[in-house]
Amino acid sequence: MINPLRSEAEAYRFLLLTVGYFAAIVIAALAIGAWAGFVVFVLLTVAGVVYVVRARRAEPPRQAVPSRRGREDVRRILVIANETVGGERLREEIRRRSEGYEEQVLVVCPALNSPLRHWASDEDGARAQAQERLNASLARLRQLGIDAKGEVGDGEPLQAMEDALRLFGADEIIISTHPEGRSHWLERGIVEGARERFAVPITHVVVDLEAEREEVR
Amino acid sequence: MAVHAEAHAAHPPAAHQSSRIDAPTLGMLLFIGSEIMLFGSFFTIYFFDRVVAGPDEWPPGEFHLPVFVAGVNTAILLTSSFTMHWALQAIKRGSRAGLQAGLVLTFLLGLTFLLTQVREYSRVGFAPDDGSFGSTFYGLTGLHGAHVFVGLTLLAFATIRAFRGHFSPQAHWGVEIPGIYWHFVDVMWIVVYTTVYIL
Repeated sequence: MINPLRSEAEAYRFLLLTVGYFAAIVIAALAIGAWAGFVVFVLLTVAGVVYVVRARRAEPPRQAVPSRRGREDVRRILVIANETVGGERLREEIRRRSEGYEEQVLVVCPALNSPLRHWASDEDGARAQAQERLNASLARLRQLGIDAKGEVGDGEPLQAMEDALRLFGADEIIISTHPEGRSHWLERGIVEGARERFAVPITHVVVDLEAEREEVR
Repeated sequence: MAVHAEAHAAHPPAAHQSSRIDAPTLGMLLFIGSEIMLFGSFFTIYFFDRVVAGPDEWPPGEFHLPVFVAGVNTAILLTSSFTMHWALQAIKRGSRAGLQAGLVLTFLLGLTFLLTQVREYSRVGFAPDDGSFGSTFYGLTGLHGAHVFVGLTLLAFATIRAFRGHFSPQAHWGVEIPGIYWHFVDVMWIVVYTTVYIL
């Protein structure tokens, strides 16, 4: 978001714009009439709001940098997945990433919720469901020989990642999703958003649970 | 991976600390947000008073505002913002003399504004208890004057520190933060001057 008071230089620019804004209103009001001043006020205010909204989209986000914790021979991997964490491809990826290191894996399941329930602060159900998915995922990873810890995260996947990074301090992030066309996260650009926002290597693993099930059969 | 290594070489923020905005700027933003609400409440009273009085009765007949002197004072305050900006640009270029000169000029211009305002209070011809117009006029301009006083205090500290060599092109938060505040005070004066004195 455009923040006009982030630095002294930006605050000074904001002051100059304010002077111009009020000068235009005063000139219109005194030269033509009060209604002209009001029209200029409305036009400039709308233009200002439109500019702020557009600039908000254009401003690149600052990257969050996680703290490094633990020994150098430990590889800390943050896995963010909703229901695809049990997939074979994800397990392979974790194995590949932690080769030669002692691995520490944290799985985060965002407590996905409907917008209406989110705004009504009705998150208990979403968190309980996320906890169930997380328990199943951790059990599956343990069966596959990966000792992972887990937690339920924020309903917004990017926020869940940032929260986890601050406490876990991961060396890298693995985002596990369904294939394109079935993944809501891919539609929302979660992977690209994470790459912009976090200064750690990010791997995107596509897990096709349906295909894996068929393969097992 | 290079980005990763580089990122770790820097000082990463601790848990529970936002990396999106640094703490001093966030603190100043929250402060300014509360200030906007404070000024907003005073403006609400002012506009309510004005609407109740009606379009042909503002300012009420017996009140005459020193528009010209306040206009000169506005120019003084705007000039002080320019010198503040100049001071900060000077230290960013490594010029301590420029920083010191800019801060001294800013302080003197701000002080001139405040003293002129106090002088005008004694000559304006009405008091805070002369009806609702008097109350809102002194309330708004007095509230702003109090902020100028706070800004001058911050500037005084920054100026003293500038003369003691505390700032460098790399480290000048002690000027940046008062600078943001000073520009905010100027913005608020533009709003006060336009709405109370001119329109």
